[in-house]
Amino acid sequence: MALALIVLLPLSLFWLPLVGRRFGRHGAAATAGAITLAALAALGVAARAGLTGPVQIVRLDWMPRLGLSLSLRLDGLSFLFCALVLGIGALVVLYARYYLAEDDRRDRFFAFLLLFMGAMLGLVTAENLLALVVLWELTSVSSFLLVAFKHRQPEARRGARRALSVTGLGGLALLGGVLLLGQIVGDYTLTTVLASRDVIVAHPRYPYALALVLLGVFTKSAQVPFHFWLPGAMAAPTPASAYLHSATMVKAGIFLLVRLWPALSGTDLWLWSVGGLGLTTMVFGAVVALFQHDVKGLLAYSTISHLGLIATLFGLNTEMAVVAGLFHIINHACFKASLFMAAGVIDHGTGTRDMRRLGGLARSMRSTAILTTVAAAAMAGLPPLNGFLSKEMFFKEAVEVGASAAQPWLVPAVATLGGAFSVAYSIRLVWDVFYRPATGALDHDALHLPPVGMQAPIALLVAVCIAVGVAPGLVVEPLLLDVARSVLRAQTPEVHLNLWHGFNLPLLMSGIAVAGGVLLARSRHGLSEVGRGLPDLPAGADAFNATLGAMFRFARWFSVTLNRHELVGYVVPVVLSVLVVGTLPFYASSWSGLSGPLPVSPAPAALIAFVALLGLGAVATLRFHRRRILALITLSLSGLGSTLVFVELSAPDLALTQLSVEVATTVLMLLALNFLPAESPREVTLPRVVRDASLALLFGLAMAGGMYAVLTRPFTTIADFYVATSKSHGGGTNIVNVILVDYRGFDTMGEVTVLGVAALAVAAMLHDTRIPRPRASGEGRAWSPDRHPFLLRIMSRPLLPLLLLVAMYILLRGHNLPGGGFIAGLVVGVALILQFLAGGLDFAASRLRFSFVAAIAIGLLVALLTGLAAILFRTPFLTSTFGHVHLGPLEFELASAMAFDLGVFITVVAVLLTILTRLGRVGVEPTERSDA
Amino acid sequence: MEVLLSLGVGAVAACGIYLVLRERTFSVVLGLALLSYATNLFLFSVGRVTVGAPPIANPDAGAVAYADPLPQALVLTAIVIGFAMTAFVVVLALVARQRLGSDEVDAMPPRKEPPG
Repeated sequence: MALALIVLLPLSLFWLPLVGRRFGRHGAAATAGAITLAALAALGVAARAGLTGPVQIVRLDWMPRLGLSLSLRLDGLSFLFCALVLGIGALVVLYARYYLAEDDRRDRFFAFLLLFMGAMLGLVTAENLLALVVLWELTSVSSFLLVAFKHRQPEARRGARRALSVTGLGGLALLGGVLLLGQIVGDYTLTTVLASRDVIVAHPRYPYALALVLLGVFTKSAQVPFHFWLPGAMAAPTPASAYLHSATMVKAGIFLLVRLWPALSGTDLWLWSVGGLGLTTMVFGAVVALFQHDVKGLLAYSTISHLGLIATLFGLNTEMAVVAGLFHIINHACFKASLFMAAGVIDHGTGTRDMRRLGGLARSMRSTAILTTVAAAAMAGLPPLNGFLSKEMFFKEAVEVGASAAQPWLVPAVATLGGAFSVAYSIRLVWDVFYRPATGALDHDALHLPPVGMQAPIALLVAVCIAVGVAPGLVVEPLLLDVARSVLRAQTPEVHLNLWHGFNLPLLMSGIAVAGGVLLARSRHGLSEVGRGLPDLPAGADAFNATLGAMFRFARWFSVTLNRHELVGYVVPVVLSVLVVGTLPFYASSWSGLSGPLPVSPAPAALIAFVALLGLGAVATLRFHRRRILALITLSLSGLGSTLVFVELSAPDLALTQLSVEVATTVLMLLALNFLPAESPREVTLPRVVRDASLALLFGLAMAGGMYAVLTRPFTTIADFYVATSKSHGGGTNIVNVILVDYRGFDTMGEVTVLGVAALAVAAMLHDTRIPRPRASGEGRAWSPDRHPFLLRIMSRPLLPLLLLVAMYILLRGHNLPGGGFIAGLVVGVALILQFLAGGLDFAASRLRFSFVAAIAIGLLVALLTGLAAILFRTPFLTSTFGHVHLGPLEFELASAMAFDLGVFITVVAVLLTILTRLGRVGVEPTERSDA
Repeated sequence: MEVLLSLGVGAVAACGIYLVLRERTFSVVLGLALLSYATNLFLFSVGRVTVGAPPIANPDAGAVAYADPLPQALVLTAIVIGFAMTAFVVVLALVARQRLGSDEVDAMPPRKEPPG
């Protein structure tokens, strides 16, 4: 349980600093700090059982069928990383509290930090490889938020985007690698995968799986040639850099390397790819770091170099090298975090990080100078500090492993070269900032001295560096052994950490590195010509930019080609593809002609008249479409024809719906026509008429032909079930209504939601639209001076209760006879709109004092809650029930579906009122603004 | 009856398509309305057409042939949603005319003059 809390605390409470902000200036930081400390306490409790026994595993099933579970494990390795993430995290929270300015939205920073922390903790404790990948991606996303924190600066956005693209791409590769591993092993749990090294390494797909996993590792931990995102990510606020690039983000790649070391290592492929690339990265980063001018830039390249060193150690395939690598992870986290924080102190104090302008700060920032010097000495690998110990171990392994190569001097020589540059840039950092004479570019009296809250974390980390260096056997050896055992198990070598190993080859290499480093640092101005071109050397950044540019160009070309800003350009392809795709099956060989086997039945006279009305109305609309009022009348005629066809063809519900929709549509169109020109100009060319007419004709023929073909063929329907069970299961005899509110209730739920969304969209579009009312009707006639005719006003009032009564009747009987929520809603809506028309907006609005938009929500809620109520009775969502109710002499049937229908009813009324009253309010008196 | 209905629906659909291809927003609105009439009737007819047998169950009558209720239920919501869509398009046309100063469907926002 404590184990789950470590991850869940930050991950589920990451938003708390946003709330904490309200409780004073320290609120956000205090909340973040409290959560971090609580997680740290949980780690302590979880680790109390010891790390040497069987691995602790908490299992939470997520999608067991896909082999996906959220299991967490706590072994030595995850303990180490949890401790780093939480320990340094707590210090960073303290530091950031004083570093970030008041107006920096600190709360947001801490929320992002916690989210990232939670993702990291989940990543290092994940027991399932798929969950590990998910959390891996979450670290990419949350670090993106941190790097882009100063989102108003273009370089912050650019740096964040690049970091996300590169690490995200690596994450994709990692997913592929993990899937391959899971296929090879047959299981995604880490315990199984780690125990199956022999199976994995012998499998023919091992190289692919390894390549994909390493792609993820190398991008995340900034190995050459994917290193280029890391310097750009320095645009993050310094506390974030201190966190991401010392102990966490970049170490995630290293973590995975160690995590999978037992399963993947030990092959030549591993040695050459991991060891080779690591060594290259180490030297490259160290060389480039020397020539940086930005303090954080130097630290960034130094980080790349040290990550390369750690990767090299894990690449060497020996147990002792793994121990050294683990040791260096701890050491690097300590000195690099303190150095990043010191860079923040310098920036904070002087307003610049440019080493060409800094100088002579030792006197004015004495304590910072001392702390930075010690940390830099640890980075350079000088005794008696922690960096010295792990570097000596590295040199020793380089000598031993290198000895088996064709050129036994090569690996040690390269390692020493990297060490020399490491000494050189450490000297440069300290010398240029603190000890050389002031450059005159800074006003030393105007320095901001750092508050204790910024100094204390640095001092603590430096103290750890010294303590580990002086008394390694006491301070770090037991932990290191636990961690090493969780990776190496039975093959864990004997380790005794001592400052003094006697005179040996590694000590000689250290000596050469220090001497060489001093020489390099002194002569670096002569070398700077060489150094200037170096950061661009590997073409990673160029390739990245070129690919990105090409993708953008393609996207632009694609959208410009498709989007021609013409409606016809969209409609014609759609109609044509409907014609082609829709008629394609009819060309098949089994096609037996248009007429099917069923006989054609004679048409009743009424139907002939109704269809004629429908068709002639449409044709008339076409004929008069330029004269808009006339076109609206003919359109209504066609709609009326459609209504009557429904009546004739046994669809009373549809007829009622269509009729009320017709009324509402007519009101809507009339309101809109007020603001549109009364007539359209004739502006068509003959070729276009021919094209459009032939397209329309083809479409009409296809539709008629298809419909005729369908109608003359026998069919089976699934409706028999509904017909048979409507009364017994749904409690109603109006089968259409029972289908709507019961059998297909979920569907209806979606449909009314769509209605609500459409009404909201209309309201939003009209929110600040005000159109001056035209002074005269489209035909040029002046408006009637009587805007609300007396007769209409008087007649409409008594009509309202009558209409409401009818609507209630329709609503209540809907379950058994034609009617229901949709129709009743439309009737009530129309009845209320009539009041608006007759009495004016203000007259009606003053009598309907509720928000129509809120009513939409209420209607949807009623429907939703009816559905949810079913869950209370342990039946699926929207299961309906019904029963007989006795009320005195009355006995009637009630179905829960009727409550659902009530929700539909409310929504429909509110939607209608929202749309039509919003539209009615658009017009303003023309005196307010002159007509354009 | 089948021929008549098919021709009627086809005619309405053809008028609708022609109007949708016009230049002015109101014509497009009219065309869409006609197209939804045609589509609703088409969908409705897929359940076959029956005269005088509305789908109101009468448990006492035993096995009686009813009109297919399923397409009816589908078309009922389609009609209501069609109204919402018409309202949306009409308002879109209004706002577009207000903002762009034109009721042409392909109207583009006026280019901003370069300063100075």
